[in-house]
Amino acid sequence: MSGRRIFARPARFAAIAPYVWMVLFFLVPFAFVLKISLSQTAIAQPPYEPVFDLTAGWEAVKTALAALSIDNFRLLISDEIYAFAYVRSLTVAVTATVLLLLIGYPIAYGMARLPKRWQAVAMVLVIVPFWTSFLIRIYAWINILQHDGLLNQILLALHLVSQPVVWLSTDSAMYIGIVYSYLPFMILPLYATLAKMEPALEEAAGDLGAPPWQVFWLVTFPLSLPGVGAGVLLCFIPIVGEFVIPDLLAGSNALMIGQTLWLEFFTNKDWPVASAAAIVLLVVLLVPLLLYERLQKRQLEQGR
Amino acid sequence: MRKLSRLSRFNIASLALGLAFLYLPILILVIYSFNASRLVTVWGGWSLRWYHEFFNDRAMIEAAWMSLRVAVSSATIATLLGTLAAVALSRGERFGGRTLFSGMLYAPLVMPEVITGLSLLLLFVALNAERGFWTVTIAHTTLTMCFVAVVVQSRLGSLDRSLEEAAMDLGCDPVRAFVAVTLPLIAPAIVAGWMLAFTLSLDDLVIASFTTGPGSATLPIRIYSEVRLGVKPEINAICTLVIVLIAVVIVVASLASKLSSSQGESAAPL
Repeated sequence: MSGRRIFARPARFAAIAPYVWMVLFFLVPFAFVLKISLSQTAIAQPPYEPVFDLTAGWEAVKTALAALSIDNFRLLISDEIYAFAYVRSLTVAVTATVLLLLIGYPIAYGMARLPKRWQAVAMVLVIVPFWTSFLIRIYAWINILQHDGLLNQILLALHLVSQPVVWLSTDSAMYIGIVYSYLPFMILPLYATLAKMEPALEEAAGDLGAPPWQVFWLVTFPLSLPGVGAGVLLCFIPIVGEFVIPDLLAGSNALMIGQTLWLEFFTNKDWPVASAAAIVLLVVLLVPLLLYERLQKRQLEQGR
Repeated sequence: MRKLSRLSRFNIASLALGLAFLYLPILILVIYSFNASRLVTVWGGWSLRWYHEFFNDRAMIEAAWMSLRVAVSSATIATLLGTLAAVALSRGERFGGRTLFSGMLYAPLVMPEVITGLSLLLLFVALNAERGFWTVTIAHTTLTMCFVAVVVQSRLGSLDRSLEEAAMDLGCDPVRAFVAVTLPLIAPAIVAGWMLAFTLSLDDLVIASFTTGPGSATLPIRIYSEVRLGVKPEINAICTLVIVLIAVVIVVASLASKLSSSQGESAAPL
């Protein structure tokens, strides 16, 4: 016991370098986002008007605070494009997460029921695509989904369609891309809880006469809920801010918030509005983020 | 028993379909990278033409070189900082601002990359830092050290602390006990953390786009701008090369971790 306490002190010193790094490059940048979101748009380089200058002392800070404007946030509320983008982001994220759960669950379940040796193999097989560049995986789907791509060639050869179907630049292409990219994030937490589950519980339910679907619905699924929660949050949060997949695979008619932020920043060069959009996105995601953190803490404690 | 076997046939089918879904697109891409035809989807026989094209594309090669340099340096810094963070969190008991510290380490794991990228760019602009290699490296380090910390921390959590305590009872000071006992035991996790950081950096498009300057594009940025203009067979070749590189990294990493985990197992009963 005393040994552990001796160990604890140098360990605390280990925190210094990463702590300073994270404050400098994670926390401080947010202060800048917040500051610029409250600034006036200016046509200049860099394109925003600074609201305060710390070198000028406290008086300057006071006048600056008086000059802060919430115009950018007001614009976000009043402009239909933004409201639409937030709604669209949430709809896409909910739909994709439900799809991921429906597709990922049977796969995770199949993995958990394999013999122990094969479980390890299956796990590696699921993780490897996650290590492969995600841009490459999206590009692979462009190859398949384009007008004269493999999917249309197969459908035509099988006489399932009489002329090529438009896949690219549709919502279905975007959902295929999102499901494909995030599938490992859904499978792994699901598999982790399903593999830990006592098979005797399912067998007992079966012995007592429950048909397989009832065994699943009344025993397996409720016991796997922690994994479902982790998988859902792990997919839902990043999908809301997704930018590349909708940009490459979906049509340009309905933009998600990640895309509007990107456009506002790089094309319109309206940094304050982009910053305000980022803040609102963060606030929207704060609830699932906190939920995720709590879930992870609980799982860490259970793991011990 | 009957019911169970029918259930397992469903299991196997869903597993097979799932894996096919995960692997077929990548396989198709690799096959088409050897396609001689200019049309991406018409098969014109086997050829290395697009690999040739890539190696003669100066801009692409420069972007690939930039990506590799950023990935190696950011992964190395991130592994150092991430390991320190993991040690502090799992061995440091309580210290001031611990909650803030772990919060900052977990948030980038799930936060949308647009926010991370935007905030770092605004910082660099405010500091008047010239954007290029170092700003991208710093940005990637910030993101990937969190992944390293999680990987190393989970390994530290599963270690038997009595090993460290025994070393200290035998007269090691804490730092020596860590270097001589703990470090070799968590080495596989550190290697895995470096590999993860390396591939994440190599893969990142969004954060790099925000933090890089003119003339220093990374490979994903180049690929992305090409893909937006339409499908080019050369991209298939580049993607295949990246896949091969990452496959090599994974094989080396798993060999390394197998080697040291078998050492760890033989050490554990002691």
